[in-house]
Amino acid sequence: MAQKAIVGEKVGMTQKWVDDKVIPVTVLRVEPMRIVQIKTPERDGYSALQVTYGQRDVKKLTRPEAGHYAKADVAPGERLVELRVDNVDGYEVGQEISAELLAAGTKVDVSAISRGKGFAGTMKRHNFRGQGASHGNHKSHRVPGAIGSCSFPGRVFKGVRMSGHMGHQQVTTLNLEVVESDPERKLLIVKGSVPGPNGGVVIVRNAVKVAVKES
Amino acid sequence: MKSTDLVDNDSLRTDIPDFGPGDEIKVHVRVIEGGKERVQIFQGNVIAIQGGGLQETYKVRKLSGGVGVERTFPKHAPTVSKVEVVKRGDVRRAKLYYLRDRVGKAARVREKRDF
Repeated sequence: MAQKAIVGEKVGMTQKWVDDKVIPVTVLRVEPMRIVQIKTPERDGYSALQVTYGQRDVKKLTRPEAGHYAKADVAPGERLVELRVDNVDGYEVGQEISAELLAAGTKVDVSAISRGKGFAGTMKRHNFRGQGASHGNHKSHRVPGAIGSCSFPGRVFKGVRMSGHMGHQQVTTLNLEVVESDPERKLLIVKGSVPGPNGGVVIVRNAVKVAVKES
Repeated sequence: MKSTDLVDNDSLRTDIPDFGPGDEIKVHVRVIEGGKERVQIFQGNVIAIQGGGLQETYKVRKLSGGVGVERTFPKHAPTVSKVEVVKRGDVRRAKLYYLRDRVGKAARVREKRDF
C-alpha cells in the first residue's frame, strides 16, 4: 500500500515540452481535500483516510451525511472518498491535503473506473482474431469459433473467454511519473495516460512497486 | 476552448511570426553536436499547416542539391530558436503537395504583391 494518496479529477490529455522533447501528459485537477474520518486498524481493521473535496450545498445533504460531516466539523464536499494508506500517523480530522503531497519526479499509480464499452464481442473484449472476410465465410466474421470439445467432456469449461460486459471497472496504471505539481492552480500533471473518461474521479498514490524495489 | 488550455498556455510561444502556406521562411533550428550547440537554418516554402494549439505543426519544403527535402516542425517547439519570413507566397490552397510533382521553374511559388 501507499504512504501518500490523493483524489482528483481527470481533465484531459495534452503534450508538454520537457528538455527539448515533447512528452504526452494527463492533466488532473486536485482540489484541496479535507479529512473527514480516519480509519485505524484497532477500530476498523484497516488504515485509511476518508476525505472530501469541493463544495456541496448543505441543504442537499441527507441527515446521516450532514451528521457525519458535523461530527468531523468539516465543510461538506462533492463526495466522500476513502484513501487506503499504510500509516495514518500524522494525519488528523479536518486537516487539508493538496496536490503538493506528490512532488514532481515521484512515481505514482493512478486508479480510476475505465470507460464502459457495453456488451462487447470477443474480438474487442479479448482480442480474438475473428474469421476471414471471404473464402465462402457466411455470417461468422467476428464470432469466436469453437468453445469446447465433443461428447467428452460434453460441456464447456468454466472461464472460457466469451462476449460480455466490458469496461467500467477499476483499472490501475502503474509507475507514472509526476511531471508537475501545482497546488496553486490545483493541478497535477502526470506523464502518460490515465484510465477513465475526462471528468472522471481518479486516485493517485505513491507507486507501490517502486517502493518495494527500493526497500 | 479545450479543457487543457490552462496547461497548454504555459508552453505556447508568442515570438513566432504569422505565416501561411506558400510563404518562404527561414527556420533556425538548434542542433546539439558533440556537446556543442549551434544553429542550423532550414529555408524553404511552407507547404502545409496542420493541427491547432500546442499541437500545431508546419511542413517546410526546400530543394537541396536538386532533391526535395521536407521537414515538419512543431510550431511551439523550443528547439526552434527563431523563424523568419522571407517572402509571402500567393497560393490558392492550404496544402501545396502539388509542388512535389513539379520540377524546375514550375515548382516555384508566386510571390504575393500588394497594390
